Amino acid sequence: MSGLENKEMKIVGFLCNWCSYGGADTAGVSRFKQPTDLRIIRVPCSGRVNPLFVVKALLNGADGVLVSGCHPRDCHYSDGNFYARRRLEMLKRLLPFLGIDHRRFHYTWVSASEGARWQQVVKDFTEVIHKLGPLNLTREA
Amino acid sequence: MSVDKLKDAVKQILNEVDIVIGYTEGFDKVHATPLFINTQDKVDQLIWDQRCVHNLASYLPSLKRKKVGVIVKGCDSRTIVQYIQEGLINRENVKIIGLPCSGVISLKKLLKAVDFANIDDITFEDNGNVNVKTEKETKTLSLMDIAPDKCKTCQYPTPLIYDILIGDPIKSDKPKESVYEDIIEFDKKSLEEKLAYWQKVFDRCIRCYACRNACPMCVCQDSCIAESREPHWISQRATLTEKFMFHLIHTVHLAGRCVECGECERACPMGIPVNTLKRKINLEMKELFDYVPGVNPDDKPPMYTFNVDELKIKEHKIG
Repeated sequence: MSGLENKEMKIVGFLCNWCSYGGADTAGVSRFKQPTDLRIIRVPCSGRVNPLFVVKALLNGADGVLVSGCHPRDCHYSDGNFYARRRLEMLKRLLPFLGIDHRRFHYTWVSASEGARWQQVVKDFTEVIHKLGPLNLTREA
Repeated sequence: MSVDKLKDAVKQILNEVDIVIGYTEGFDKVHATPLFINTQDKVDQLIWDQRCVHNLASYLPSLKRKKVGVIVKGCDSRTIVQYIQEGLINRENVKIIGLPCSGVISLKKLLKAVDFANIDDITFEDNGNVNVKTEKETKTLSLMDIAPDKCKTCQYPTPLIYDILIGDPIKSDKPKESVYEDIIEFDKKSLEEKLAYWQKVFDRCIRCYACRNACPMCVCQDSCIAESREPHWISQRATLTEKFMFHLIHTVHLAGRCVECGECERACPMGIPVNTLKRKINLEMKELFDYVPGVNPDDKPPMYTFNVDELKIKEHKIG
């Protein structure tokens, strides 16, 4: 069931094991209703997220990509998300140059206790992607 | 430009190093080719003029354990500075002969200017004129008309790092703002236009990987993820998706490292503006971290480090 009326879209989420994945779990345990367009991939740390993961996802059929990690200064490995922040910001600024709407990619910080915040992030991001419509970067089926 | 002075300098340092890398005549009049000098008698084959387009610094990481002398132009010297920043060479093992340069030729532009006729001879004048003798005619061209784009906005005509400088230093007369003018102009187009442009140019790619092989900062060598099977980042299929992905691998791996030597574009047989995406990132790195690759040996590449409080990176709102 998609939380939104129309057809379900493909959104990929890279979530760090220690905060955001826990946050998503908290949202689930608390039974916060969320749209189901998001497919979650658990990574050890947001610092594990190679900007090319995002590019690869977008090129191969994802309509949007969400990356979420621990809040800055809260990283389980102390500095993983600081590196992630620089890399992801670089990518966020590169995408429009390629002709990809920067709104299709979002990175944020959600802690394990922020179940309600996680629900809001997923809701808002899914809504944005639905508004933007499907992405077909390379005109291939 | 005195080639004799250069030869004297090379002869001198040849006693201290294993090999000196310079330029020599290529297979015809318009081509120069790299020359590896290990004996005194090879020194006389050296040439130095506007045909010396190659970035010879690219050889340094693979010769890391040897003592090497290298001849560099201003743009090439940025490669060395970047290598030092990233610890890819030992500074004490490298002897740098710097040559101030006021522009080189682009073979692609030269051939276009003479309508792809066979060139029998080419001579260069000090005032920037280039005399080309083809099978059909003799033509005088202006060097700046047939120079690569990087020369037109060159900020570093004199090497930034050297042990010996041959000739007088040259100051750049090109405005700083001109360097990224084309990038800023392109970015003003609509998303649809930009995407259509990249789809068109990347569709030409034949994935020969010449851009990667020529790139001085592509130092992964045989471990390039474009060719690895595990993980299998891109397949052998000749689709736009795979081509797009390859170019983005190159771009992202060079984020904040590209010294804009333009070797990728020179090597590209399909005329793809390979350097553009990297220059876009450089523009952002300048704005975000006030960082310019290959300028100061003591800098740290922005993706290798972080600040706990990033002054310029603001948290994004969704949408």
